[in-house]
Amino acid sequence: MTADTDPRAMTRRQLLRHTAWFGSAVALSVVGGEVISHIAGSPEPTPAASRPTLRFAQISDSHIGFNGAANPNVADTFAQAINQVNNLGYTPDFVIHTGDLTHLGTPEQFDHVKQMLTGLNTPHIFTVPGEHDATDDAGQKYRQVFGAGTRDDGWYSFDVGGVHVIGLVNTLHLQKLGHLGTDQLDFVQKDVAPLSSDTPIIVFSHIPMFAMYPDWGWGTDDAARALSYLRRFSSVTCLNGHVHQLFSKTDGNVTFYSGTTTAYPLPHPGDGPAPKPINLPAGKLKDALGIREVSYTKGQQALALKEQALQ
Amino acid sequence: MPRLRHPISAAAAVAAAALLLSGCSGSTHSSQSSPSFNFGSGAATPGMVGSGTAAAPAPSQSAVASGPEAPPPQPGNAITITNFKFNPQMLTVPAGTTVTWTNQDEEPHTVVAKDGSFHSPGLDTKGTYSFTFAKPGSYDYVCSIHPFMTGTVVVNQ
Repeated sequence: MTADTDPRAMTRRQLLRHTAWFGSAVALSVVGGEVISHIAGSPEPTPAASRPTLRFAQISDSHIGFNGAANPNVADTFAQAINQVNNLGYTPDFVIHTGDLTHLGTPEQFDHVKQMLTGLNTPHIFTVPGEHDATDDAGQKYRQVFGAGTRDDGWYSFDVGGVHVIGLVNTLHLQKLGHLGTDQLDFVQKDVAPLSSDTPIIVFSHIPMFAMYPDWGWGTDDAARALSYLRRFSSVTCLNGHVHQLFSKTDGNVTFYSGTTTAYPLPHPGDGPAPKPINLPAGKLKDALGIREVSYTKGQQALALKEQALQ
Repeated sequence: MPRLRHPISAAAAVAAAALLLSGCSGSTHSSQSSPSFNFGSGAATPGMVGSGTAAAPAPSQSAVASGPEAPPPQPGNAITITNFKFNPQMLTVPAGTTVTWTNQDEEPHTVVAKDGSFHSPGLDTKGTYSFTFAKPGSYDYVCSIHPFMTGTVVVNQ
């Protein structure tokens, strides 16, 4: 946790990597023991001796209130995730929680998770609701706690560091898959209309915006229309939770990244009868849980992601 | 244990070459300040403000939903929820019957009629929900959290 956050240490390694990367299809680099991924076609990460234009952390699926055997203390592992974000070696410009903050969406669970989130050392914390946060009220209790400043069902957008960020809600009107609905799709269309096509776009949602495994509801039935409004942009990054595991997929200009959880793992798509919590052997749980760092440097198309397991 | 998957593109070699041409001589972004947020004209600010402090102490866990002390369902009127399935998926009962659902999964589920006639809260593990069917008819329902879970209660005269 020290070597990989020292910008001078990275500088020398990055110089070495210029040659190491030549001709390779995937840019994988190791800095201070951490693996950093870059999409092929994207140039170098952080320029020498300077912070990225934007850097933030993603946490997801804390499921506060879960009492099952797969994780007897989800509050404890969520506290550890918060602590890891607070010890990245820098202050993230913001932190996004991509939903399922709570397990059952009760007032007590919302109070609990909100109190824990305020311990994050960052100027801004954003959230999107998971279906667990809207268990029996289509998100009313969620919006009472986290809906300030959002529109309609809880969606929003903002600009930071030259990046346009959109928080979408695809968990409130489930048919079988995640669903955005006409009002939200219209919002996306109008929201991005004034933007120039070289504006990097980041989309947050709980359920994947791509068909990761529709039989378990791991997709969004009207995502294609939302993405159609984003086709003209040179760089679109969709970050989601819900599936409790890392996964990525690229489709044209859009790259999707499923994040892991701070609570308990779920099976790989189709592995077993249902997306049931997995009971891992003692000592293995933290390897499946984690946090994600995301950074963007102006002039570079793709974002850099760095996954960190709970320690 | 970082686990990453990477999109692979044939364009990488071209990109790497471009990187050699432009990346090494690229301008350095020297600003060390945090970027500012723009939430749009007149819009309130979404999200919440973090603190500069360490992680807040977690309050104690709170009890949720109906517990295992609920009365056991009567045979023939019972539907269990196991492995994300309602069992039996179709139940036929006479009018006036009280049907009880019991969640045996670690995941929470709900019981929500498609026609809106009944709607359970979130049922945690061992949680139960009962509804009395007064009128004959066929009632399709889903779990609103996992709507691929479907069931039907048929109520006869």
